[in-house]
Amino acid sequence: MVSALHRALFRDLWHLRGQVTAAALVTACGIAAFVTMLSAYRSIERARDAYYADYRFADAFAQLQRAPMALGAALARIPGVTEVDRRIVEDVSLHVPGLLEPATGRLISLPADPSTGLNRLFLREGRWPKPGPSDEIVASETFARADHLAPGSRIGAILNGRWKELRIVGLVLSPEYVYEVAPGMIFPDNRRFGVLWMDREALAGAFGMKGAFNDLALRTATAASLEEVTAAVDRLLEPYGGLRAYGRADQPSNRFLSDELSEIGVHATYVPAIFLGVSAFLIYMLLARLVATERGQIALLKSFGYSNARIGVHFAEFALAIVALGSLGGIALGAYFGAGLVRVYHDYFHFPALPFVLSGSVVAEAALIAFGSALVAASTTVRLAVRLPPAEALRPEPPKTYRRGRWETIGAFRRIGPAGRVALRNIARRPWRATMSVIGIAAAVATVVVGRYAFDAVDELVVTHFQTVQREDAIVNLRSAGGAAAVGALARLPGVLRVEPFRSVPVEIAFAHRRKRTVLLGIPGAGTLHRLVDAQRRPIAVPPAGLVLTRKLAEMLGARPGDRVQIVQLDGKRLRFEEPIVRLSDEPLGVAGYMDFRALSHALRDAGTVSGALLQIDAARREDLFRALERTPRIAGVTIRAAALQTIQEVMDRSFILMTAVMTVFASVLVVGVVYNSARIALSERGNELASLRVLGFQRGEVTFLLLGEQVLLTLVAIPVGLGIGSGLCRLLVPVFDRELFRLPYLLTPRTYAFAALATLASSAVSGLLVAFRIDRLDLIAVLKTRE
Amino acid sequence: MNPSKETTPATPPSAVLVGRDVSKVYRLGDVEVHALRGVSLALQAGEFVVLLGASGSGKSTLLNILGGLDVPSGGEVLYRDHVLTTATDRELTRYRREHVGFVFQFFNLLPSLTALENVELVTEIASNPLPAADVLGRVGLTDRLHHFPAQLSGGEQQRVAIARALAKRPDILLCDEPTGSLDYPTGKIVLEVLERANRELGTLTVVITHNAAIAAMADRVIRISSGEIVDVRHNAARARPEDLSW
Repeated sequence: MVSALHRALFRDLWHLRGQVTAAALVTACGIAAFVTMLSAYRSIERARDAYYADYRFADAFAQLQRAPMALGAALARIPGVTEVDRRIVEDVSLHVPGLLEPATGRLISLPADPSTGLNRLFLREGRWPKPGPSDEIVASETFARADHLAPGSRIGAILNGRWKELRIVGLVLSPEYVYEVAPGMIFPDNRRFGVLWMDREALAGAFGMKGAFNDLALRTATAASLEEVTAAVDRLLEPYGGLRAYGRADQPSNRFLSDELSEIGVHATYVPAIFLGVSAFLIYMLLARLVATERGQIALLKSFGYSNARIGVHFAEFALAIVALGSLGGIALGAYFGAGLVRVYHDYFHFPALPFVLSGSVVAEAALIAFGSALVAASTTVRLAVRLPPAEALRPEPPKTYRRGRWETIGAFRRIGPAGRVALRNIARRPWRATMSVIGIAAAVATVVVGRYAFDAVDELVVTHFQTVQREDAIVNLRSAGGAAAVGALARLPGVLRVEPFRSVPVEIAFAHRRKRTVLLGIPGAGTLHRLVDAQRRPIAVPPAGLVLTRKLAEMLGARPGDRVQIVQLDGKRLRFEEPIVRLSDEPLGVAGYMDFRALSHALRDAGTVSGALLQIDAARREDLFRALERTPRIAGVTIRAAALQTIQEVMDRSFILMTAVMTVFASVLVVGVVYNSARIALSERGNELASLRVLGFQRGEVTFLLLGEQVLLTLVAIPVGLGIGSGLCRLLVPVFDRELFRLPYLLTPRTYAFAALATLASSAVSGLLVAFRIDRLDLIAVLKTRE
Repeated sequence: MNPSKETTPATPPSAVLVGRDVSKVYRLGDVEVHALRGVSLALQAGEFVVLLGASGSGKSTLLNILGGLDVPSGGEVLYRDHVLTTATDRELTRYRREHVGFVFQFFNLLPSLTALENVELVTEIASNPLPAADVLGRVGLTDRLHHFPAQLSGGEQQRVAIARALAKRPDILLCDEPTGSLDYPTGKIVLEVLERANRELGTLTVVITHNAAIAAMADRVIRISSGEIVDVRHNAARARPEDLSW
């Protein structure tokens, strides 16, 4: 049996269905945003944890030059170490059929029984390579699919200077390469970088590594201190050219994944907060109007003996009904979007399976938040209804009083037409409501701005990096440091216009008690292919002596120009030396230390040694050059700038369109929610006066203008406010994106501002028109007889 | 004289509004309500007409149809040589805008505009209006120009509404129970204003009321009952509003 009050509740909801829908939609967006992001977050987290556990992802990692397998026993004795996996890892240049440019492959040794050891592989397709020397490999599924390779495909590789054809027999995934990206890159280029696994014996044979290893993975006990373990590992590996050991936090793939998760976490808080805030405001407005129009009914109910509490509950139920509708829609929408988001992430983060899981706890949290915001919204108005003394409530609402503001004495005001005056006085009469409307619309504008910020910034970052900093057409890395002859050989290759050698040394830089593992790059002072830039993106010269540090690296070390830092060479002679920081550079990608090529050679006492070279090439002869490079021994890898740029652009475009679309739809819902509801309430409050104007011969357009003037004004005020809030939020996001891997600049393009403003204007206009149609339905005859 | 015999009157040249055999049928749920049953009348320029009838007699329906707010189910309404019965919504809006002034029972002023601004709202869209302040002067509100409706008494609000209706120099002034929500002395003041405006501006004025006392101030009194004209009376002399009592 439905009580009479509940029937009244349903009737009110039905009667106000337009506004109820608008408020419910805004709630739905907030809940959808929350559910989408949180469920994607938890789904990915769950898949990651399961993957890491089932496939025994290592806890610590180290690279070294070469150590005997026998060292394994000593490593296993380190307190806290529970399992040791000694591997061979070699980067090689690949020739992939159908690919113009040379690709880089990372070859990793596979134990005779692939179901043992750490970082075990998930075999998606095909079989494992036969144990013992053979040309069989398994390839990462990601790489294989990008290059249309399958079991049975063959690719060419230069193994230790010798050309060899490798046969793919299986496709696999590794917990170590969930995010499969070439060293030093932030965007995956799966066509040109791939991880391959080869039987240990075969790989050792090809690289002369029998009985030795050059890569270490460790499992540690849960209670073990990572710092103590890595320190012990470093001590043991030091004689064998060990680079510093590191934990999962610095493992590239895992790090990208955690960064991405924390980013989702950030968005999962403020986006729903904006929407639920606005929805609370809309529900408040709706309820306030409802209480005003139902004064008589409230009084009647009270005079019948309904308790204040019952009446309070009645109006609270109205708010809860809206939120319940919104939550249901939001959870459904969130589940849909969440599954979509997880699919998008599955394109970048490669798990054996990444199922979308909508957990009960996410749903419960969403519902709790939504209902909480509804109760906050309802509390004030419900109090109002409860406090209304029955006798007073039976009298009609007192006439609306208006006052001339002091601002009306200003000359300009006299020239404002009646519509403008009506709008301004309505705003002045309810400044709080107007402010909230402005905030609501501004939030929408800000949402669009923030949604596009990352793309504006990455665009600028890419442009800066690839036009100002990294200007070479190709980077060639040599397998082992070579001399001037190697550079000369590169210069003689077809299509090479310019060659600039570089020296790249893994180092640890220490200042005071802080130390940081990084790369020290020696580049020619007069070089033009790799340039350093200052904060304004202007090129700066590499000083003939001393050190230039990436600003982020200096911050991490707590060092400033003028400070002297200690440098430990981590490979080769493991020299220790000291250099002064001469200045800081502001390249947006990665961190490094820079020295003049000759100064670095001098410090390392190996004049003339080069790690590789930057090439400027003749585009017309690209193919000849690429073929030649593929077959040049001693080359560990080639990175082609154009290809890298294209990949970044593709990744960006795809997610940009999706993100902009979702954010714009969400923002439009916000605008429509605020403007439509405000206009409907204005129509309900002022319907009589507008109908009388229609009786007096005002045309629809004129009446519409009088009705919507206020919303037009508020929208116009809200747009700059929203642009301001949006850019402020982006400023807040800058530290979130200030990472070692890349630093997003604070930058918003005029296009983003214009887009946000226009999208808001458009949705505002649409909502206004939706209400304007109702002006046609004003009952002109009834108005003659109705009292305000 | 049998008023229903007055059906097709030969339209005199001075007739502003003519209704011929006007009928109106509403459907209220399953019930058909015959609000007007073949009403014919001709209203002359400068006339002061009182439409007298009880609640539900059809007088408001007739006023709405004459004012271009409603269309009859049968018959024809002419404004001068324009047929209102076949006019589009847009044409009816123009008719109201240019030729008709309305005065409502509940004033219906814009609360956010002052007295002067309420009148200006109309004069700004009229082609040949009277100065807003002058019209407010005519209704005795010279010193209340800048007051908002909430700061005015009911009678003052109604006088603003009359000024608003007159300011565009309408041919027809239609007043629906103009004193209905006012007390006795205030109601009289409002009637005086209407009477003077009719006399000085020569506007055809139609007042509908259920208050028979008001009838004495009219040139012609048309009594309506159950959707039909049951009586038409010409007053030899119009009584002055201050002499009325009810």
